[in-house]
Amino acid sequence: MLAKRIIPCLDVKQGKVVKGVKFRGHQIVGDIIPLARHYAQQGADELVFYDISASAENRVVDRSWIKQVAAEIDIPFCVAGGIKTALDAQTLLEFGADKISINSPALADPTLIARLAQQFGKQCIVVGIDSYFDEASQHYQVKQFTGDEAATRTTQWHTEDWVQEVQHQGCGEIVLNVMNQDGVKQGYDIKQLNNIRQICKVPLIASGGAGTMQHFSDVFQQAHVDGALAASVFHRNEINIAELKQFLIQQQINVRAC
Amino acid sequence: MITYLPARGCYESILSDSGYGCANIASVYFACQRLGIKTEVSDNKQRIKAASRLILPGVGHAQVAMDNLKQKDLIETLTQLQQPVLGICLGMQLMTSHTAENNQPAPLATLNLIDTHIEPLITANLPLPHMGWNQITQLKHPIFKGIAAQSYVYFVHSYAAPLSTATIAQCKYGQPFSAAIAERNFIGVQFHPEKSARVGLTLLQNFMEYNG
Repeated sequence: MLAKRIIPCLDVKQGKVVKGVKFRGHQIVGDIIPLARHYAQQGADELVFYDISASAENRVVDRSWIKQVAAEIDIPFCVAGGIKTALDAQTLLEFGADKISINSPALADPTLIARLAQQFGKQCIVVGIDSYFDEASQHYQVKQFTGDEAATRTTQWHTEDWVQEVQHQGCGEIVLNVMNQDGVKQGYDIKQLNNIRQICKVPLIASGGAGTMQHFSDVFQQAHVDGALAASVFHRNEINIAELKQFLIQQQINVRAC
Repeated sequence: MITYLPARGCYESILSDSGYGCANIASVYFACQRLGIKTEVSDNKQRIKAASRLILPGVGHAQVAMDNLKQKDLIETLTQLQQPVLGICLGMQLMTSHTAENNQPAPLATLNLIDTHIEPLITANLPLPHMGWNQITQLKHPIFKGIAAQSYVYFVHSYAAPLSTATIAQCKYGQPFSAAIAERNFIGVQFHPEKSARVGLTLLQNFMEYNG
C-alpha cells in the first residue's frame, strides 16, 4: 500500500534553516545539511526546502547547497523558491533535486506550470499554494510573495479555483499551506483540506498547523491527504518522526516504519 | 571524470542519455558514490561498451529520451550490451518493446530488450502520478538479495509495465503492476533505488555484485 508521507519542511533564508510564526519574525534554527541528515535518519519520507526570501526579493534561490543535499541524502527532496524559468528548474533538477515547487511565479504566469511539466515531466512539478481564510468575505484567498511580510499580496484567486487551474496546467503535486494555521500548532485545516481533496486528482500535501501527533492522524484520516508537511514541531524536537510513525501505525495509518 | 574500480580493473557506467528532462543522473551518481563504487557518467559508445555494468537512468518523457538516444546513435550499442544493465524508472520503461505514453498515431517503439510493454496506470480514483513510498512483493531476482518482501521503495510514475513473465517484483496501486522486470542481462526497476534509503542502496549494491 502507498504510505502516507511525513515531510519536514526546511525554510531556508541566506543558507540557513529558519522558522517564523504566521510567516513573521524568522529565526535561525540550524544548518541545512545536518538537519536534513537528522530527519532522513529519523524516517522522514521526503524533505522540502523553501528559500522563502527568493520570490519576494526577486532573485533565484541560492543553489550551492542543493548538490550537497543530493550527495548526502538518500530520500527524495523538493526545492522551492523563485523558480521563474525552465532554466532555473533545469539547474535545480540537474543538481539532484527530485522535484521543484513553484508558487508566486506560477501566480504571475500560470502557463509556467504547463511549460515546466512539458519539459521535465509533471512528476517533478509541484505547485505550492498559500491559502488564507478571509473572515470578512468568508473565502479562502490565494496569497503571493509570502516569504516577505511587506511584499505579501492577495491575488484574485479563490483557492478552489486556483487548485483547478494548476491541475489544468499539468502540475504533478499540490502543497496546500493554510496560512491562518501556520506555526500556531492548532492542527491542520481539515475542512479546507477535505474540500480541496474532492477536487484534487494529483497528490495533495497538507501544510500549516501541526502541533501534536494527533493532528497528523486527523489530517490523514479525515482529509485523506497523501502527505503531511510540518516544520516547527520537528525543528524544536517536540515530535520525533520515528515516534510519530509508530503512533500512526497504532492508528491503522499506513506509513513506512524505519 | 573517469574513475576505475581497482578491484576489478574496470569501471561502471551511468549512461548520460538525457539532455533536457531526464534529470536523476546526479542522484544515481551520488548513490553509487555513497556505496563507494567508482562511477563514470558517459554517453560515449566506446566507454559504454567497455563498462563492466551500466545504469540507464531517466525521468521525464519517453519520446524525448528515445530522440536523445537516436540523436546520439546509441540504440544499437545499447541493444548489443552483454554486461548487466539496470534501467531505472523511465530507463526501465525504455527497455520494453513499446510504450503507450506516446500513443499517437501508434505506440512509441522503445529498445525492446525485455519482452513487455508500458501502459497507463489505471487507478480508479486514486491520485496520479503514483508518488511516494510503496511496498514491493514477490521478489524473484538476485538483485533483491537481503531485501524483505513488503519493503518500501520510492515510486514516481503514471505509466507501468503490466504483470508478465518478465516481472521480478510486484507493486499495487489501484492495480498490480511490475515493480521490476528482467530478461537476460537487462534488469529494470520502476522505482528509484537511489532515493529509497537503505533498501535502495542494498539493491544497487546487489546489482554491482550481479554477474548473471
